[in-house]
Amino acid sequence: MATEASEAPLTRRPTRLASFLDSDVAYSFLHSRITIVAAIVALVIVAAALFAPVIATQDPYDLRQLSIIDSHIPPVWQADGDKRFLLGTDDQGRDVFSTILYGSRQSIAIGIVSTLFAAALGIALGLIAGYAGGAIDTVIMRAADIQSTFPAILIAMLIDGTSRALFGQQRHDNVVFWVMVLSIGLSFWVQYARTVRGSTLVEKSKDYVLAARLIGIRPGLILLRHVLPNVVGPVLVIATINLALAIITEATLSFLGLGLPSTQPSLGTLIQIGQKYLFAGEWWIAIFPGATLAALVLAVNLLGDWLRDALNPRLR
Amino acid sequence: MIAFIIRRLLQAIVVMLTVALIAFTLFGFVGDPINMMVGIETSAQDRENLRQSLGLNDPVIVQFARFVTHAARLEFGSSYQFKTPVIDLIKDRFPATMELALASALFSLLIGIPMGVYTALHRRSVLSNVFLAASLIGISLPTFLIGILLIFLFPVTLGVLPSFGRGEVVHIGFWSTGLLTASGLKALVLPAVTLGLFQMTLIMRLVRGEMLEVLRTDYIKFARARGLTDHAVNFGHALKNTLVPVMTIAGLQLGSIIAFALITESVFQWPGMGLLFLKAVQNVDIPIMSAYLLLVAFIFVTINLIVDLLYAVVDPRIRIDARPA
Repeated sequence: MATEASEAPLTRRPTRLASFLDSDVAYSFLHSRITIVAAIVALVIVAAALFAPVIATQDPYDLRQLSIIDSHIPPVWQADGDKRFLLGTDDQGRDVFSTILYGSRQSIAIGIVSTLFAAALGIALGLIAGYAGGAIDTVIMRAADIQSTFPAILIAMLIDGTSRALFGQQRHDNVVFWVMVLSIGLSFWVQYARTVRGSTLVEKSKDYVLAARLIGIRPGLILLRHVLPNVVGPVLVIATINLALAIITEATLSFLGLGLPSTQPSLGTLIQIGQKYLFAGEWWIAIFPGATLAALVLAVNLLGDWLRDALNPRLR
Repeated sequence: MIAFIIRRLLQAIVVMLTVALIAFTLFGFVGDPINMMVGIETSAQDRENLRQSLGLNDPVIVQFARFVTHAARLEFGSSYQFKTPVIDLIKDRFPATMELALASALFSLLIGIPMGVYTALHRRSVLSNVFLAASLIGISLPTFLIGILLIFLFPVTLGVLPSFGRGEVVHIGFWSTGLLTASGLKALVLPAVTLGLFQMTLIMRLVRGEMLEVLRTDYIKFARARGLTDHAVNFGHALKNTLVPVMTIAGLQLGSIIAFALITESVFQWPGMGLLFLKAVQNVDIPIMSAYLLLVAFIFVTINLIVDLLYAVVDPRIRIDARPA
């Protein structure tokens, strides 16, 4: 087999796509049915969220399109259903299907941006701690130790509460997206920092780093250009699994009334609104957003698990 | 060993002081406490007098020292919302949270350990796969969503079990318990299951992993070679050795159960500390926020300390701190 491959004419170099399809990662993906299903589910939800303005039958942010007369309508297939509202309407007459699309948008956007923020912060601190060592290392890692004794959700709540006090309720609603990103991002940096610090400690004693230092490259450049690419693998896995956690955290905060307000709802806010009407038999307001959230998080988790096994980095 | 204890104790104190510093900064940083205490018609002179009498003009370090000594005596001031001492509010709600946390910890251990053992012993069975798939779903579903699904399933659809509150409680001294009345026990079921489900899946996966590891060791093979029954090998030898790490994790998880209780308390309107804290965050009631923060930190640090010390007793290798300082 090996000789056959080497005798093949070298004129046609494999395209990037072809070489990717030939890799171990692609192989394990194509041979794990559940991962493919998870990827499809995630893709469908993300695409639906992305194209929400096109797909949605109503803009839930546009108060002119809402009518209180249309409120509390059950899904189409029930006796009192209305053809205009596939999954029914909520207490303000918003189409549940459309609000789920727009809500997923909020949830996914906050999840991704806060995960990127946490990763960037954690990677930067981990690189600095690992490379600098000494007192800087001690301070950063002790801070990480202290923070990791608290559940992330508490830290996020605290940051949210503080910003609520600083901005006041009205202004808080305007900046709530960034407050959420900040509070979730600051709660999840520790794991990245620990992992990156560990690998940086290993990398910095290697010859290529020594060589780079000898020819006088600045430490910042060494870290960015030389060390970072070699430590970033495990970070990818943590980021995928943390994306699910970030989405859950955002949903939880919104559900508790600390996240997105009901005028610009995320999935968590929708579930909070729907919870009030469960006993009135209006299950669709809470259950549909809940199912969307569960499917999204489960799909991302499955993808994260697969990525961890496929890349098989040193963490577990 | 003594050096180890002292080192861990010092670490715990540093953590507590850091949390105290955060709580203290909250007080000074977020809004003016004087404005929170007096009305609009209070004159500037009166405000200044109050400021002076509360010691708000002292150097920051003195104020912080005072804050710490007060906190150590459990004096957290009065709540902005309720105008009553924070410590009384917390004392009222503490038993509710503790009963919920302990009930769910018990639930997660009693169900999680047998499930873990079963999935480890019968790796290929259909039921094991069902358990594992269910555990993945249990990890993926946020706590509040589990609570809502349970409410939808039991009180709403089937009309059994209460969906909010604590039921009737009996007062024994300062402790109010719902464990002695039928309605109290019924009210406990859904919140405890909601809170414990995540821990249960965690413990199940942990027990499974540890069991699989232990079952591969030589002394298990030797025990089998000696002709001991499967039962004696699996439970007498294997399970016993998996329980040390399980107890550690379970101990550490007790802290996060208490913290996560606030989500469950919100779903089920359970009158515990978490609900109090939640209302405090929504209303920017700083004294309650900082008191809760310190209390949770204290519980966490104490549990961590006890677990670490117990672990050091069980496993001597841990006493030497291998990490470069």
